[in-house]
Amino acid sequence: MTNSLPKNVDDTMTLLGEGNYVADRSLATALFLSLELKRPLFLEGEAGVGKTEIAKVLSNTLGRDLIRLQCYEGLDVSAAVYEWNYARQMLEIRMAEASGGADRQTLESELFSERFLTKRPILRALEPHAGGPPVLLIDELDRTDEPFEAFLLEVLSDYQVTVPEMGTVKAETPPLVIITSNRTREIHDAIKRRCFYYWVDYPNAEREFEILKIKAPNASEDLSRQIVAFVQKIRSLDLFKLPGVAETIDWAQALTQLDRLTLDPDTINDTLGTLLKYQDDIAKIQGSEAARILDEVKAEMSQKESV
Amino acid sequence: MTAGPSDDKRDENTLAEGDVKTDEQHVAPNFFVGEADGGRLADNIMHFARVLRRAGLPVGPGKVLEAVKAVSAVGVSSRKDFYWTLHAVFVNRRDQREVFDQAFHFFWRNPNLLEKMMGMMLPSTKMDEAAAPPKDEMSRRVADALAGDKPGDEQDEASEPDEDLIEMDATLTFSRDEVLSEKDFEKMSSAELAEARSAIQKLTLPIRQVPNRRFQPHPQGRRVDMRATLREAARFGGDLAALKRRKHTRRPPPLVVLCDISGSMDRYARMLLHFMHALTNDRDRVHTFLFGTRLTNITRYLRYKDPDAAVDTISEAVEDWSGGTRIGHALHDFNVNWSRRVLGQGAVVILITDGLDREGAEGVAEEMERLHKSCRRLIWLNPLLRYDAYEPRAAGARAMMPHVDEFRAVHNLGSLAELAEALGKDASLSRREMARWRAAAA
Repeated sequence: MTNSLPKNVDDTMTLLGEGNYVADRSLATALFLSLELKRPLFLEGEAGVGKTEIAKVLSNTLGRDLIRLQCYEGLDVSAAVYEWNYARQMLEIRMAEASGGADRQTLESELFSERFLTKRPILRALEPHAGGPPVLLIDELDRTDEPFEAFLLEVLSDYQVTVPEMGTVKAETPPLVIITSNRTREIHDAIKRRCFYYWVDYPNAEREFEILKIKAPNASEDLSRQIVAFVQKIRSLDLFKLPGVAETIDWAQALTQLDRLTLDPDTINDTLGTLLKYQDDIAKIQGSEAARILDEVKAEMSQKESV
Repeated sequence: MTAGPSDDKRDENTLAEGDVKTDEQHVAPNFFVGEADGGRLADNIMHFARVLRRAGLPVGPGKVLEAVKAVSAVGVSSRKDFYWTLHAVFVNRRDQREVFDQAFHFFWRNPNLLEKMMGMMLPSTKMDEAAAPPKDEMSRRVADALAGDKPGDEQDEASEPDEDLIEMDATLTFSRDEVLSEKDFEKMSSAELAEARSAIQKLTLPIRQVPNRRFQPHPQGRRVDMRATLREAARFGGDLAALKRRKHTRRPPPLVVLCDISGSMDRYARMLLHFMHALTNDRDRVHTFLFGTRLTNITRYLRYKDPDAAVDTISEAVEDWSGGTRIGHALHDFNVNWSRRVLGQGAVVILITDGLDREGAEGVAEEMERLHKSCRRLIWLNPLLRYDAYEPRAAGARAMMPHVDEFRAVHNLGSLAELAEALGKDASLSRREMARWRAAAA
């Protein structure tokens, strides 16, 4: 699929819709702004609310390459931007020795030329691409440390990096940058200032149901409605980790695999592990609490039907 | 979790309201006209930015320009889009959303009113918005400032708890009420300031530096630094290549301090605050929380360089000085709302409390276990031992003991130097001690 960049917020909604991503209009607004004004989009939110997915959908629907930089502690320039190909460089030195011709100056300038450069995600994102500027996904920025954040400042504001041996590489057309964070620590304001910020929240019942229709199409409508209502109720409880949309989808798919058409207490108890990931939380919900919530859900649903 | 779907509805409601007002009063912004009114809209955005700045959002001139650009990119055909456009530009953190929301709904309803009411904005929006959270720090700060100084409960420092009271503390009679009061600390004398500095300089925390995944050049390092080696080789025409080496860097892990400020800890509050202030300004990645009946994050206030200014702001910001203790409740609050945000990178937690809990240690064990599992190391500093043969018999202390890696006790903590000494004690020595404490608490 190849689309041109959206012209307005409605276009952006349609674009995300084409990529099977059910989005709030507020998210579409932030995304449109970031595309239009060529600034990175900074997405923050709990795990499993679909932050990373946005970048994938964007690259799919726009037909752009997706370049992903997964952050981790100690991520440094040689893993994120570039590294010299030492083996080839050594080989080159040996060959220069063998032929005996090369003088120091030429050898040095030769050794640190583009031929010997191993490009890592950020440098690749700044290069020209056939299908237009790529989507650069900087995933889970909170996992890396402050020095790397500081390094990103140059990349994000001017879309350029400096390779000391070669000079500055600047993107002709800036890539579409999506940054995600799970907020395991605060990202410095200097980074956020250069981005459009958006907090990705848990979806409301209606939207979550739409998501399930797309992501778990085999689940019966009744089942999907019950799942959504159940999950929404669980999110209002005092749990250590609330289930995200990803968990809802997993659960719906698991229940479909088990050929369930509606929820019942036993099934919930057996499959709760797909929804909740902490033993304390599971222990809290399992059994009578799950049955109680299910009763509530069913009562509300039958009430709605009778109306 | 407050904005979102419900917000959408409110947007539409206020949109309807706003429109009606536009027709009736002829003073409301006609920003829906769009380009034709560009100049006025830009002005209004600037005023709006100033309102946000007053309300505590970090909004600089650059943001205003950006907002104007953003608005002209999106267009101003719908109020909802307009809302989210400004939101994308001005909001930087999740907790700013509420302030932004209040300001937006107030301002864009009728900005002309605003010139007169600038100062009164937040209190009146608070009345407007029943949904405004009671604990919103920023709103409260502004609101407090405008409402004039409330006479705080006069908790006189002079009536320091005497010996008897402390003995009673140890026998578990402590405050059952949530006392809300402001605290009036005396200023630090220059001698104390000097003492604090030297104590902090000498302070060795029982926290080892941990290896980082980054490297630094080091002649005896275990790894070869290919990059440096090759550069060096090229410099000499490639004939000789002396191996350059590097090794992993080490840095102290992040530190989280949780400090009890309930009545039984009263006499140490000031000193502990100064300790935490010095600690925060001494190294990076320190987060500090106070708890009595509720949990307050004071990291931001401690960033003031001047210790007295920092302590003054904290004494205003924290509401539960010298009240009861609800350790389980406070730890639960921390686990749910903060642990993922501040314990992420293998943090060490220092918990300063006497372990006297007014709720009979309800939930303390569970929350301590959760806390222990989420951090690299949990150190409990108990400053309230009255005699050598202290036995952790109190319900709170017994619930906490199995879940701490280290227990440090101080007899009658008198000065920063003593505190520093207690924290700097040899860790190997305390391992044997730890076994003894655990046995005593079992």
